[in-house]
Amino acid sequence: MAANLIESIVKILFIFSVNIGFFSPILGWVERKQSALMQDRVGANRADVCGFTLIGLFHPIADAIKVLTKEDFIPEGADRLFHTIAPFISLTPAIITFAVIPFGGQYELFGHHVNLIIADLDVGILFVFAFASLASFGSVLAGWSSNNNWSFLGGLRASAQMLSYEVVMGLNIIGVIMVYGTLRLSQIGAMQADFFNWGIFLQPVGFVLFFTCAIAENKRAPFDVAEAESELVAGYFTEYSGMKFVMFWMGEFLEIVTIGALVTTMFFGAWHLPFVSDQMLLNYFRFAGPNGAASLAIVVNIITFFSKVIFFIWLQMTIRWTLPRFRYDQVMRLGWKMFLPIALINIFITGVVILAK
Amino acid sequence: MIDTLKRKGGCSSCGGVDDDSRLLGGSVILTKLEAINNWGRKYSFFQYPFVTACCGMEFMSVCGPKYDLDRFGAALPRFSPRQADLLMVVGTISHKQAPILVKVYNQMAEPKWVFAFGVCAVSGGFYDNYATVQGIDTLIPVDIYVPGCPPRPEMVIDGLIKLQQKVMESRWSDYPKGASPVSNDK
Repeated sequence: MAANLIESIVKILFIFSVNIGFFSPILGWVERKQSALMQDRVGANRADVCGFTLIGLFHPIADAIKVLTKEDFIPEGADRLFHTIAPFISLTPAIITFAVIPFGGQYELFGHHVNLIIADLDVGILFVFAFASLASFGSVLAGWSSNNNWSFLGGLRASAQMLSYEVVMGLNIIGVIMVYGTLRLSQIGAMQADFFNWGIFLQPVGFVLFFTCAIAENKRAPFDVAEAESELVAGYFTEYSGMKFVMFWMGEFLEIVTIGALVTTMFFGAWHLPFVSDQMLLNYFRFAGPNGAASLAIVVNIITFFSKVIFFIWLQMTIRWTLPRFRYDQVMRLGWKMFLPIALINIFITGVVILAK
Repeated sequence: MIDTLKRKGGCSSCGGVDDDSRLLGGSVILTKLEAINNWGRKYSFFQYPFVTACCGMEFMSVCGPKYDLDRFGAALPRFSPRQADLLMVVGTISHKQAPILVKVYNQMAEPKWVFAFGVCAVSGGFYDNYATVQGIDTLIPVDIYVPGCPPRPEMVIDGLIKLQQKVMESRWSDYPKGASPVSNDK
């Protein structure tokens, strides 16, 4: 009992420190450096502590200090309660969805069964979608409560876009569920121990559609019609200043991580190295004794998983700084007239192949 | 009281704590909250580009690959004034444009700074006529004046570094405490 409690607390602290402590500040720096790279610039590199600049890694800290000490503004005529809680509503789902994403296999450590996932729900993938849908409440409330035309339009656009792409995303994962026969993300991960069972080989179309829809769901360029700097000033968070505004950004960055983790789990073999199963890892590390082998295997699992996640974060950053943004009607046409039929055909073909086997 | 405080805080780079440290014989290290606060602010200017005229070309050049204002942490344009810290007034401000500029300035959340980019924003330049505002400091407080028609990117970067020094020297007593907005009547 106590061991279970300790295990859960350690896993929660680990995921929290990785997400809030590592990814969310460092992604601000990554985005700046990626934009600088794409535009042939140097990028932020002057913030120094005692003369050390560390290739600009202090800039996120400077930004954090500044936004924390900036005036917190609530516009006249705004709904104070909803204006205040909207950033929290849009940040929470991004943190919470990581609870059902596995970052390693299951091992015996000191006679205790360790499962490297915070909550091994049997409806894991539905849990992710339930909370991803809640994120749209944050955008809509932010837009509505600001008492500003641009915010309101941004909120409406955000809700329309997120609802449209959630439909296609849901249809895509039906293909994945049909192939693996389970909703439990840790089982989907475990079934990909064999390299040729990775989702990318079984559901290639599903991967492309899911990844695109996930980027659209996150409302980042090229699908940033909800923010739309050229049309709506700053979209649904026009009237936010200081830390509340940055909370929307943190939510966005953490969603990038969540998308990377989901894509890794469903399509890129989760925590598995190609051609290496967990049992083989335990055999490699047999020299360290049973507990040592399990610990080393856990470390390898976690490093593999987060390397894949980091790769997908980099891919999303590159897409964001490469492609020009879509117009609003183009986003809707892409979602409803192109992705939806392709997703339906994908489900049909998957069903036919499964039956024919 | 204020005079004593001013005399005590002489050092610019470390927030004026050298005198106090010397009094204690160097046995303790002192710093001030405003030092780290100013450090954060000076490396994190989110700009509001208020670009009205030809200086805009030079502004693009400053932000572009060759001169790269992002090196100083000042290249993240926020087009909502609520999120911006640095109002870049780039170009000629006509009397028709003036109320808009004042409105944008009043909409910005504290702390905020104003950068007069180019001689038209500084003093009206050679537009010495009835249609042009003779310098935006007749409308709103200005922190840094960068003249030139247009200014070279090097001058802009120099101005930005001067602004960073100014921010670093600002003291707790200078921080805005709910100042009333600039009047729109002028």
